Amino acid sequence: MIVASRKNIQELKELLTPYQRIAILGCGTCVTVCLAGGEREAGMAASALRMTYRLDGVQKDIRDLTIERQCDDAFIDEAWKSLDEADAILSLACGAGVQAIAERFPNKPVFPGVDTQFIGILEEQGIWTEKCIACGQCRIGPFGGICPVTRCAKHLLNGPCGGSDDGKCEVNPDADCAWQLIYDRLKAIGEEYRLTEIAPLPDWSLSNEGGCRKIIREDQRI
Amino acid sequence: MSEFEPQILAFCCHYCAYAAADLAGTFRAQYPTNVRIIRVPCSGKVDPLHIMQAFESGADGVLVAGCLEGGCHFQEGNLRAKRRVAHVSQILDEIGIEPDRLRMVNLSSAMGQAFANTITQFTEQIRKLGPSPVTNSVFMEKTK
Repeated sequence: MIVASRKNIQELKELLTPYQRIAILGCGTCVTVCLAGGEREAGMAASALRMTYRLDGVQKDIRDLTIERQCDDAFIDEAWKSLDEADAILSLACGAGVQAIAERFPNKPVFPGVDTQFIGILEEQGIWTEKCIACGQCRIGPFGGICPVTRCAKHLLNGPCGGSDDGKCEVNPDADCAWQLIYDRLKAIGEEYRLTEIAPLPDWSLSNEGGCRKIIREDQRI
Repeated sequence: MSEFEPQILAFCCHYCAYAAADLAGTFRAQYPTNVRIIRVPCSGKVDPLHIMQAFESGADGVLVAGCLEGGCHFQEGNLRAKRRVAHVSQILDEIGIEPDRLRMVNLSSAMGQAFANTITQFTEQIRKLGPSPVTNSVFMEKTK
């Protein structure tokens, strides 16, 4: 899922100060699961913003609503009327959701209400970790199911850098060394021989480095 | 001008603080009348949104009262409540509301006097802080 984190209330306040009627739009998919921009968080943000403006003696019409998925036009339709009545929209979705809303309301200011962080998983309750940078050519297979492109700070594909300390990354001592994990995993499944194979250089033009990507599936088009 | 009387909302766990309040009443312990009690099945049931809405609706202080640590009927609801209260305190600070207006306390059902003392002490603390800036704002003054 896409993992995001909430923004500071004062930062949101500064963004929204010029507007009177504000719609705070939660998203019921990834940001609900990572507890950053779902129904509860939209309610919290609305309540917090109403209160912080009140402290300045300002009364604004701030309402919250949440749709199933902001990156999907069909769900935006459900909230279209409420959103259209607002002077500005604060989207608590990931960057994709915010832009989907902005495209749908070309004449209305749309602001991000969360900081989109990464594609990751829930490691344990309250802890999320990055697992994928969407490089465009997944080659996790030969690496024992562990992505060196994402999890090695130096993106090394042909063995460790030599800087790991007791299984931890020298760039970030809180993170496990990806190559230690790869070695341990390949050993556990009896496929250490894969470490003798040379991994070809990645084609970064397939990643976001090559510009904004697009997938066209002719078989799926109507 | 009449003396400020704080409005305090207390979310009390059914298994401890609510029973402690009941006990305080049974032996006629005295405590300020500023507190309104909402019984909840566990302090872990108190959603951060409930606390925000309490402040937005005019509460000058909010108390979340759960069981003693290690004594939660649902094992760890009170520990979760503690972390959520800390989270809401941070948001209150960002809004501009004193985080001291929100407090988590731990009581057992046998602590009737401690309940009365807690309410007395918290009421005095809120009285010193004065009215909530939310209810005391220019806007709220106009709408009174």
